[in-house]
Amino acid sequence: MASRSVDMTAQPQVVDIASGGSVEDFVALLKPRVMSLVVFTALVGLVAAPGSMHPVLAATALLCIAVGAGASGALNMWFDADIDARMARTAARPIPRGRIAPDDALAFGVVLAFFSVLTLGLLVNWVAGALLGLTIAFYIFVYTMWLKRRTPQNIVIGGAAGAFPPMVGWASATGGVSLESAILFLIIFMWTPPHFWALALYRCRDYERVGVPMLPVVAGPEETRRQILIYALLLAPIAVLPVFVGLGGWLYGVASVILGGAFVALSWQVYRTREGRAGDAAAKRLFGFSILYLFAIFAVLLLEKLVSIDGTVVGRMLA
Amino acid sequence: MSEKESEKRRRMRSIAIAWALVGLAALFFVVTLVRLGANVGNRAL
Repeated sequence: MASRSVDMTAQPQVVDIASGGSVEDFVALLKPRVMSLVVFTALVGLVAAPGSMHPVLAATALLCIAVGAGASGALNMWFDADIDARMARTAARPIPRGRIAPDDALAFGVVLAFFSVLTLGLLVNWVAGALLGLTIAFYIFVYTMWLKRRTPQNIVIGGAAGAFPPMVGWASATGGVSLESAILFLIIFMWTPPHFWALALYRCRDYERVGVPMLPVVAGPEETRRQILIYALLLAPIAVLPVFVGLGGWLYGVASVILGGAFVALSWQVYRTREGRAGDAAAKRLFGFSILYLFAIFAVLLLEKLVSIDGTVVGRMLA
Repeated sequence: MSEKESEKRRRMRSIAIAWALVGLAALFFVVTLVRLGANVGNRAL
């Protein structure tokens, strides 16, 4: 997720792509940092689900979800190579750098997507397999190909793709979907717009240059700041919902309220600080915090569940 | 890119694909054992 500055005037270091990319280039196609957040949220969905799951099957499910997420990343990079080449944040990716041929990236992504869904379906269960297939298809066809270049609501609707992993994890453990897993979905779904719009606020020119209608480009930074605040105000109470369905305990309740408050406070700063570098700095702070926020609330859910599996560790610590 | 470097990349990719296939076969084998569990030894003689 972190940005990398690239000299946009420099010529791409075009490698002889007929010889293909290195293994490291193909790993980069998988978007490993995005993959790590996907695997983590899926792990929480899997562990938070009722009942028990054999560790080998749980590890298999996570591996399939990781590979599926990587396949989505590769297919996204294949389709978006033209705009990636013209944006500072993405110009160093393997395809715009000329290190991997677009066709190779396409084949790589399709093969990984196919095998991840098939393996999850065959070895774990077909509900999870179908959900993983839906997630990949949604990310590629709905977000990348259809919405991204057409509407400023691209990441609002497309954000669903990033919200599915905990549901896939939950389905891996239970063979179905439920209100609890839908709430985990909803948390990430509501988190995605303010997260990406904070980034878009200080990367606005990049998106404008390549014609991607991100909200700051189409509606302006003022409206984007307002929308960020609205979503933050909705996200904070939604993130407390797990307490009311028995998914989170008191520790999660306290953590989600504090973290939600911090999210709203930083969004308020973004809303109020509109000019120059201070405005960019506020947006960068919110973007950085949003990653920590999602990680933290899911980590607390995981912690509570692991502790409850092991008896009353917290109870003993507090006694 | 030199011929040697190109050859090296191709070789590394081939090794990575081979390991991925071996891993996939091992995964199916292990999960089959896990799913069958104690029933592996429960068959008519």
